[in-house]
Amino acid sequence: MSLNRRTFFKFWGVAGAALAFGKSLEAAPASDDGVELMGVLYDASRCVGCQTCEFACADSHNMEFPEDGPSTDIKRSLDPTKRTVVNWYNLPDGSEGYSKKQCMHCNEPACFTACLTQALYKTKEGPVVWREDKCMGCRFCMISCPFEIPKAEYDNNNPRIVKCNMCYHKWADSERPACVNDCPYDALMFGTRRELLDEARKRMLENPDTYHPHIYGEKEAGGTSWLVISPVPVEQIGFNNKIQLKSYPTLTKGFVSSIAPVDLLLPAFLLGLYEATKVRTQNTEEEEL
Amino acid sequence: MNQTTAIQYADNKGNNTWKFFINELKPKTKIFTAFNIITLPIILLGLGIIVYRFMYGLGSVTNLTQEMPWGIWKAFNVVVGVAMAGGAYVLVFITHVLHLKKYNPILKVAVLNGLLAYIFYSFALILELGRPLDIFNVIIGNDYGVSSILFLVAWHFMLYILCLMLEFSPSVAEWLNARKTYKFLAGITLVAVVFGITLSVLHQAGIGGLFMLAKGKVHPLWYNQYMPLMFVIQSVFGGLALVIALVTLCWKIFAYQLDETYRKAKDPILVGLAGICALSMFSYFFMHVIIFAHEKNWVYMGTGWGWWYLLEMIPFVVVPMFMFLYGFKLKNIRLINIAAVLTLVGIILNRMNTSLIAYNIDAPIRYVPTIWEIIVSISVILIQIWVFRWIVLRMPVLRKSPDWAKGAH
Repeated sequence: MSLNRRTFFKFWGVAGAALAFGKSLEAAPASDDGVELMGVLYDASRCVGCQTCEFACADSHNMEFPEDGPSTDIKRSLDPTKRTVVNWYNLPDGSEGYSKKQCMHCNEPACFTACLTQALYKTKEGPVVWREDKCMGCRFCMISCPFEIPKAEYDNNNPRIVKCNMCYHKWADSERPACVNDCPYDALMFGTRRELLDEARKRMLENPDTYHPHIYGEKEAGGTSWLVISPVPVEQIGFNNKIQLKSYPTLTKGFVSSIAPVDLLLPAFLLGLYEATKVRTQNTEEEEL
Repeated sequence: MNQTTAIQYADNKGNNTWKFFINELKPKTKIFTAFNIITLPIILLGLGIIVYRFMYGLGSVTNLTQEMPWGIWKAFNVVVGVAMAGGAYVLVFITHVLHLKKYNPILKVAVLNGLLAYIFYSFALILELGRPLDIFNVIIGNDYGVSSILFLVAWHFMLYILCLMLEFSPSVAEWLNARKTYKFLAGITLVAVVFGITLSVLHQAGIGGLFMLAKGKVHPLWYNQYMPLMFVIQSVFGGLALVIALVTLCWKIFAYQLDETYRKAKDPILVGLAGICALSMFSYFFMHVIIFAHEKNWVYMGTGWGWWYLLEMIPFVVVPMFMFLYGFKLKNIRLINIAAVLTLVGIILNRMNTSLIAYNIDAPIRYVPTIWEIIVSISVILIQIWVFRWIVLRMPVLRKSPDWAKGAH
């Protein structure tokens, strides 16, 4: 990402805020070099399922516009032609609920840990992006993602992995994600993850009857950059609520860190066995003689 | 099969080397055998499908879905196949590290099987890669994903193939009558052995570790945090079960190549291997029991998946375990052979369940492989058998080494 005037100011703005409110920032999730994670807050109570975000997304990534629309009968899913989808759900109280789905941009993504070439890459600002020149198409990211977000182009002999990148390619021009920009009902809000969590709590505090008291993405999979608040429990509008709260890389951390010691120690152990048994065989041979 | 075909060696004078190679490329046995007539068309069809796949993409021949991104080429040829290649490192450990010379006659068969298995499984892996040319990114380091288990598996895989090549290379040197090279290669065997066993154990574990990230997708009866360890233990008895089957077949088919001591050595060796299998299967089964109780998995017992799990565990783990045990006690080769086949079925079931059948059971569309995928899967194994036969007919794998190479080991 090239540094232009705007990002320069944005960086110093954040840094200045960090200096001014240093204490309150300590607990805020930030990447190693102190840049705060950015994210999007999706408020399902404001969403009407109008598909504007889908069209904005397709436009932003030079993809074809979706030809199908949401309905309560058909649940549309992400595929290589759609980085985001909107679905309608029948709620238990008889009304309709809406949900927008895209990559959740985990703080510690399973796909980033899974990828053996760092083609799926967690940027320091938060978005998880796919880097074409590194990917070998093993699709381990698809196996590992608990939200089942990355999609592969199977009908292409040099397939791409397609997923939401939070419009990271436009950040250099200080442009917000296209879906946030175009949403006519203010259901999407872009900001630092800390601001968004504050905003979500504020909305819940001010309108306790409107929201189910759960910020989806605050703790799920160790925290995500995309946060969801909704009038109903999120599983009723199609989100997977069985996702573990610890981050997914913790599942394999122990195993991965044991590999190097085993690589070093097992040969020594084997050589020891080799020497020990060699002596014994010679002795028995001598005894036999 | 023409059993009188003399086995040739290069004459080592240099001038006839080319002639020797050309001669060795020709088939050594009858061409129109039932095996050849059945398998050759399948192989040719398989190769055709592979060309088509590289021209038009994975979707043109496979049924892969967005929810099931790994099909049978990975699940069957790689994940299952790697367990079957485990016999090589176990036997190398027994003969080279523990100095149990009794098992020497079958060592080269096991190593050759392991080497070919690894080469052909990596071939199957490349078939399933979306962007196969970019596989070099892992090697040249266009960003290393060192925290990725797949990265570790890939590197251990590559280095282990190198070790297996070194372990088998003395036989190639004998075939080519390269005496000086032979001495050098036989001298560095121990290095290849020690690192080979290490690399092999770790990447067998890594294959199991791959699915640890898929928590919530693999059915709880097959998912547990000990998967890496379970996969290593599986590779011990699964690999040995394949060696038992392979030795039994080779000792029949290539009987004319064996000398008298080797022919007689087979039964005591198989009995010994059965003992190792019985013990390692017991530890595997016992770990399953502990995990089953610990995870309170009996809640799934009323479901179809519970029955499917019991089908995997009782007839294909517990039963062959006792058959190996009694085969070992009674020195019953027939019992051992049946147990080996049952064990192999068990390994196939367990690994296919983990990576395919009990994977993402809530997916809206179930993945069922196309006939084309199955043909390619079978073709890869058939080509491997053809290459195995080609090598066994030429190099000293089953027959003894030439006189000049004796005592060098």
